[in-house]
Amino acid sequence: MADLTPITPLGGTTLRSETIGALRIAEGDDWALASVAARAGQAQAVGAGLRELTGLDLPGPGGMASAGDWRALWLSPESWLLAAPLAQEPDIADTVKRPVGDGASVTEQTDAWVRFDITAPDDDRLWPLLERLCNIDPACAGPGTATRTVMEHLAAILLREGAGRAAVLGARSSAASLHHALVAAARSVA
Amino acid sequence: MSRARLPSGGQIDRARRLEFRFDGRAYTGHPGDTLASALLASGVRLMGRSFKYHRPRGVLTAGSEEPNALVTLRSGARAEPNTRATVAELFDGLEATSQNRWPALGFDAMAVNDWLAPFLTAGFYYKTFMWPASFWERVYEPIIRRAAGLGALSGRDDPDDYDKGFLHADLLVIGAGPAGLSAALTAARAGVRVILADEDFRMGGRLSAEAFALGDQSGADWAAGAVAELADMENVRLMPRTTVIGAFDHGVYGAVERVADHLPIPPEGKPRQTLWRISTSRAILAAGATERPIAFADNDRPGIMLAGAMRAYANRWAVAPGKRVALFVNNDDGLRTARDLAAQGVRVTAVIDPRADAPDPGIDGARHLPGAVVTGSAGRLGLDTIIVRSAQGKEFRIDADALAVSGGWNPNVHLTCHQRGRPVWDDALAAFVPGPDLPAGMTVAGAAAGTFSTHGALHAGHAAAAEALAALGHKAPAPDLPQAEDAPVTLHPFWHVAGKGRAWLDFQNDVTVKDVKLAHQENFRSVEHMKRYTTLGMATDQGKTANVPALAIMAELTGKSIAETGTTIFRPPYTPVALGTFAGRARGRAFKPTRLTPTHQWAEAQGAVFTEAGLWLRAQYFPRPGETHWRESVDREALAVRASVGLCDVSTLGKIDIQGADAAEFVNRVYANGFAKLPVGRVRYGLMLREDGFVMDDGTTARLAEDHFVMTTTTANAVPVFRHLEFARQCLWPGLDVQLISTTDAWAQIAVAGPQSRTLLQRVVDADHDLSNEGFPFMACGAVTVCGGQRARLFRISFSGELAYEVAVPARYGQALMERLMAQGADLGVTPYGVEALNVLRIEKGHATANELNGQTTARDLGLGRMVSDKKDSIGAVLSRREGMMREDGLHLVGLRAVNADSRLAAGSHLLERGAGAVAANDLGWVTSACWSPHLEAPIALAFLKGGARRQGETLRAVNLLSGQDTEVAVVSPHFIDPEGERLRG
Repeated sequence: MADLTPITPLGGTTLRSETIGALRIAEGDDWALASVAARAGQAQAVGAGLRELTGLDLPGPGGMASAGDWRALWLSPESWLLAAPLAQEPDIADTVKRPVGDGASVTEQTDAWVRFDITAPDDDRLWPLLERLCNIDPACAGPGTATRTVMEHLAAILLREGAGRAAVLGARSSAASLHHALVAAARSVA
Repeated sequence: MSRARLPSGGQIDRARRLEFRFDGRAYTGHPGDTLASALLASGVRLMGRSFKYHRPRGVLTAGSEEPNALVTLRSGARAEPNTRATVAELFDGLEATSQNRWPALGFDAMAVNDWLAPFLTAGFYYKTFMWPASFWERVYEPIIRRAAGLGALSGRDDPDDYDKGFLHADLLVIGAGPAGLSAALTAARAGVRVILADEDFRMGGRLSAEAFALGDQSGADWAAGAVAELADMENVRLMPRTTVIGAFDHGVYGAVERVADHLPIPPEGKPRQTLWRISTSRAILAAGATERPIAFADNDRPGIMLAGAMRAYANRWAVAPGKRVALFVNNDDGLRTARDLAAQGVRVTAVIDPRADAPDPGIDGARHLPGAVVTGSAGRLGLDTIIVRSAQGKEFRIDADALAVSGGWNPNVHLTCHQRGRPVWDDALAAFVPGPDLPAGMTVAGAAAGTFSTHGALHAGHAAAAEALAALGHKAPAPDLPQAEDAPVTLHPFWHVAGKGRAWLDFQNDVTVKDVKLAHQENFRSVEHMKRYTTLGMATDQGKTANVPALAIMAELTGKSIAETGTTIFRPPYTPVALGTFAGRARGRAFKPTRLTPTHQWAEAQGAVFTEAGLWLRAQYFPRPGETHWRESVDREALAVRASVGLCDVSTLGKIDIQGADAAEFVNRVYANGFAKLPVGRVRYGLMLREDGFVMDDGTTARLAEDHFVMTTTTANAVPVFRHLEFARQCLWPGLDVQLISTTDAWAQIAVAGPQSRTLLQRVVDADHDLSNEGFPFMACGAVTVCGGQRARLFRISFSGELAYEVAVPARYGQALMERLMAQGADLGVTPYGVEALNVLRIEKGHATANELNGQTTARDLGLGRMVSDKKDSIGAVLSRREGMMREDGLHLVGLRAVNADSRLAAGSHLLERGAGAVAANDLGWVTSACWSPHLEAPIALAFLKGGARRQGETLRAVNLLSGQDTEVAVVSPHFIDPEGERLRG
């Protein structure tokens, strides 16, 4: 195995985690990510191939689906982001490419993103934070949704993991700015 | 002790006392007070000095429309000038100071301006300070600015934070008076998501200020009950202390919530204010109405206030406005003030009503003077006498230390006009009411729509909510509204009392009836011209109390109706907003996000100096101990690359993953040069043109598989190029089967450059990969593993002109790879280099960057004209062949070398013939990039030179007038180093 020591998106050797009032904001880097874009006329075949691999049905716009260790979220028309535990899928693009073959374009995205897991006791205490970060209507972003948005001028995806739980995916290079925005907003509402 | 506080009543907590200071003196008030009510209760009437004439001023209103009582709130860095005492919520320890006075509020030396008033009329700047012209900026303007004006900024950084946020609702109700509360209750009971916002800290609007009953409750109690019911509902968000400042497109409203303005300082980490962007399907504007004064001579004396405000001070804050109160009103609503004051035990001395048939309010001991007008006032620093002219024309004085004035009410139509709607004049109400062109989804209810009675407002609120609910697909519950007064509007329009003396219209900007007359006389008759000539309505209160009376006077002067005269434009924000609120948290280093490279922390630990490249921070150079000047570091780094091997983090270059059955065709169409035949495992330099034929970007693109390319863009153009490609994919050629995604952040990419680069890489790349010149030649690329199995990509490309590679690993391993390369190359003298050395190396090699690709250059200008293939079509190819872009005397990229190695050469210098004057007509081009070449030991540069292709060997001058440089330069090839490219192929 390679003997290189990774660093976290925030540039540390350990993952950062803050608890601010009832909110917890934790840096995460344990998801392997691959984008899958169906090629012309191949969406159905791609869906079938990936169902076999992951056990899930690819979601529609704004949606997220999960089955077992796999999850899929919608990115753009006929394009999705697939996630699985990195320890299990160190070369996720290769894993995903196999069942879809020439039917889809697959690109490794694991280190393109930083993930922050946000935990609150319930949605009522989660949204005061989120409404300071992004222009998303809570009524349209319940558990099981994945909404592309902008936070701190940065493109981001808000994943609703469950009641009181969310994850934010943002560009890895601006992880520190996104983290700063999340923490500042959390202090503001804590 | 409170001198003017009534013994009972008011919505104040008398059990608690709040200490505060005004101009250094200690006072007390109660929770529920505003600064204005607490000062009035303490017998303080004089609160400020006017803008231009330094006239003593007190409160005119009891709300956000206040033009007079402007103070500086708080002190030190938190001092906030020009805040309205009428809306400043009192807190313990509040400090306020008066403004625009010297040495003191009671004695202001600048009040001499008042005597100079004949010279300071409308437009006086334009007439008075004409000569000499040069005096304007240096002499006149500073004097005027010192003499006039209001509060001053502290000049220090605001220590507080301001938030921004986004809210979503089915219905936004703006204003929590009777109409707003009724609307909110109706909608909330139907189950839709309601936001109810009110600028006041106490919801209730006029219900808090009036004495009449709603059913068997006081208005204030009914309002409190309604607010309590709403507060308990999950689908309702109550937002007191929140001003809706603007109505924008698509149901978006801006709102400022004063989160902590009523606290001494905001709690740690908490914002002072929050700027909300509210998206709503429907909105009900229930913003109420603003009372307007009647202008008469010296109507600005402290003690003269609007009748409704006086009622509010008496009813809501239990403040007696004076000991002998007179009224000057032209409508029945104003007469309520007399009744309410009398009921509170305040002595009313006279009711002056210009209506000949004015009803007598029947106040004991008060003279009722129908058909009379107030013609003047007297009193030092505050009112003690009014001068009245009776219906019979007889003038006499009446003792009065307070005068309530009402000329009627103006519906607050502001938000109905933010999308260029115009209000319409209603003769029956003598007021502008909302016009037909409302922002989409908005309904207006209550006084804002000209429905002034409480009964009318309650029912209009319900009806507006029912209409909104119907639009939302809900049914409104039956109204459950209390009995309330339903008095009609009885008013005789009356705007100003003719006569001598100055009668104020715009109190904040010191504009009088005479100024409007002067504007008319000087032909500034359109309302927009009148506004700008007199400055009426241009102060921070935006003329809320001044505009309509001024329009009426202009209408009188021009002989037109008020409807024909029209209004000026209403613009957001509805009330003043601190710039810090708009900035939010985007200030200082948080102004914009920052992007960090995968080796940022490592570079920091090496002591790197960083520079900004767009949002990126990149290592500029790595100073070593003993180096005293950046050039020493840069020279060392550049020489090390040419002599041995250097490392540079180039992850910032844009990386776009292009896949699909038609990926090759797509790349071939977006680049000007051919890519269709690029073999798998090879990289090619690509030149990308815009549709207009100018160069957009350049970079290398690697073919990883038949259907898979990775395109590299310049750092600056990563996003524009991606956008350009998406446009081409989605709009130009939707038939091509191609998919794009950015992978810029996914990979850490390190340039390994210099004659020893292969040696170093062979120590890091796993042994089963052949890196020999034959096995991995110049422009090869492929997947490799490094450091014992780590997946990586290797590209043999060179920006420096040396034997060079770029190696990419997943971003998390970038730092470790950099450290490994440093460790493995120690014996080779491996040297990290920053963008400064990178720049030197590429100038020496004649490679273009953003300095040359500035959006105005063609492939031909760059000496790359032959790259634009004529064997295929590509974006920009046709337009790049336009005649004007093919001129022989057009600009060409050339190299420059200073004739004298000790001279200086700066980018931006212009090129001139020897002996030619430094004027534009002699301009031959300009220097785009310049550096000291440690390799050539001379200043060198890249430049665009007219007809440059034919001018090699000539000597010109590079002239920089800004820094006074005039440098002799030889025109040479832009390829200073290894023009044949032997090194990079070695």
